[in-house]
Amino acid sequence: MTLEIKYGVPTVAVHTDKFDRVVRSVAQVNGMPGLRQVFVPQPIMGKTPAELRAYVDGTDPITGRPVMQEVLEGLTRPFEADELGPTEFDRSTPRLVPADTEDNLHRLFVENRWTDMLPIVLPTEARVAEMLRHTKRKPEEIVGRMRSTHFREHWAYSVEKVAVNAVMAGARPEYFPVILALAATGVTARSSSSSAMAAMAVVNGPVRRELGMNAGTGAMGPYNHANATIGRAYGLLSQNGQGGSVPGLSYMGNQGNSYAYNSVTFAENEERSPWEPFHVQHGCRAEDSAVSVFSGVRSTAFTLGLREKHWREHVRNLLRGIDPNGPPTLLLDPIAARQFVDRGGFTKKDALIDWLHDNALMPAGEYWDYQLVQNYIYPRATFGEEPWATKLKARPDEIIPMFRREDIHVVVVGGETNGYWRIMGCNYQKTVKVDDWR
Amino acid sequence: MSLVTVLNPVGFPPKVSRQTPAARLDGLDGKTVYLVDCRFDDSDIFLGQMQAWFAQHLPRVRTLVKRISNVYLNDDPTTWEEIKARGSAAILGVGH
Repeated sequence: MTLEIKYGVPTVAVHTDKFDRVVRSVAQVNGMPGLRQVFVPQPIMGKTPAELRAYVDGTDPITGRPVMQEVLEGLTRPFEADELGPTEFDRSTPRLVPADTEDNLHRLFVENRWTDMLPIVLPTEARVAEMLRHTKRKPEEIVGRMRSTHFREHWAYSVEKVAVNAVMAGARPEYFPVILALAATGVTARSSSSSAMAAMAVVNGPVRRELGMNAGTGAMGPYNHANATIGRAYGLLSQNGQGGSVPGLSYMGNQGNSYAYNSVTFAENEERSPWEPFHVQHGCRAEDSAVSVFSGVRSTAFTLGLREKHWREHVRNLLRGIDPNGPPTLLLDPIAARQFVDRGGFTKKDALIDWLHDNALMPAGEYWDYQLVQNYIYPRATFGEEPWATKLKARPDEIIPMFRREDIHVVVVGGETNGYWRIMGCNYQKTVKVDDWR
Repeated sequence: MSLVTVLNPVGFPPKVSRQTPAARLDGLDGKTVYLVDCRFDDSDIFLGQMQAWFAQHLPRVRTLVKRISNVYLNDDPTTWEEIKARGSAAILGVGH
């Protein structure tokens, strides 16, 4: 669209057919509903040149017309007036939903895809007002903006909108400042990435105790009201605040991701951790309350404890199982955290992260051949961005680090019923102070 | 049957204004068409096949395969400037 609009170059975009609805929608919300788009079968990835030539010689699976005929017409056939769409359109919706029975409203919320398909609490004016009492911020204040993907437009949401979604999630009003802080990150928990992303939210500081959040046994499971509903509110706010998360239209995650139900929301077990809390590593004081959000949150590797003889090899094996484009965040039960101190001498978290960086290794040839590395890291390397530009110079058999050091993180969580621990493949995004939203 | 009034959970969308597309070409003979590789999956192989199609069926159209400079998520003004300066049209692929 940039080439068409800003540079005046007639353009045709070729997509795979699974993305028909989403790319037409993106064109529309960018003011060019008639953008010339041609479709070929999915997938492109892994097909031989001969198979892809057949796509070129074949027909558009959406229209049934020859692909190259559509391409040529797209560049040469003038636009009809009705292809250009209206001069301006506004998709704003009224503040209130028309009054109806509870049953009908529950049905409407599901039909409009305003829920996560689990039952919700209807956001009546009284319930929303009670939620709003737990912040000094004005209801109409804009908290932030989100979008489901880079190519879509940002939607804004106010304090009141966050409250509406918090009520829907079943959150208690006292949780509201934490939910506002999550909303203020501007990081969506409903990315439309075909990689089926979710979010993870780590809560630090005194607010964990105030709200009775769980950092111990079952912290990442459905066993604590605050953990469960704060994370759910973050997800609902994301999908509604950004204007939707609808499969095939604004959500393209190929397999979906059950982590998205409550955005893996938990408190760090600061009291039982041998290291400084996560939020302190990211600019807060220990007495601050803060939320930290991660995106990706797809791959998980796990093991039990650290064996005396081969713990290094075992950790390396886990790290090798994580896709290089989804860097590791270690989620350590306090027992496992102390084992890292005892076995490895990592009295500082930074020392452990250094070790992880230096031991997550693979041959350069294997690294650069990963599809996600090709898609997202190789272009940055060729553009000169470090450390990847240097890695790109390595011989194929040269051993190189899989991850940037700054992308590796450690959080302590768990109730010491055992020393199980896991690695979440995810990208740390941002930390926001809860106290600013009280 | 009692009726309930509830609030709408949906955020505030930006207004959308119509954008004007570039004028279409009278024809492609003698023109340079950039085949822009968005570096997604194996799109370079696909565009290579499209380039072969042009060579076979429309040899008077000059085609150039050009990879975007960085990840498709980033704007690429250097490439767009080159296409505007040296090309007449562009085919972008492959969005998945």
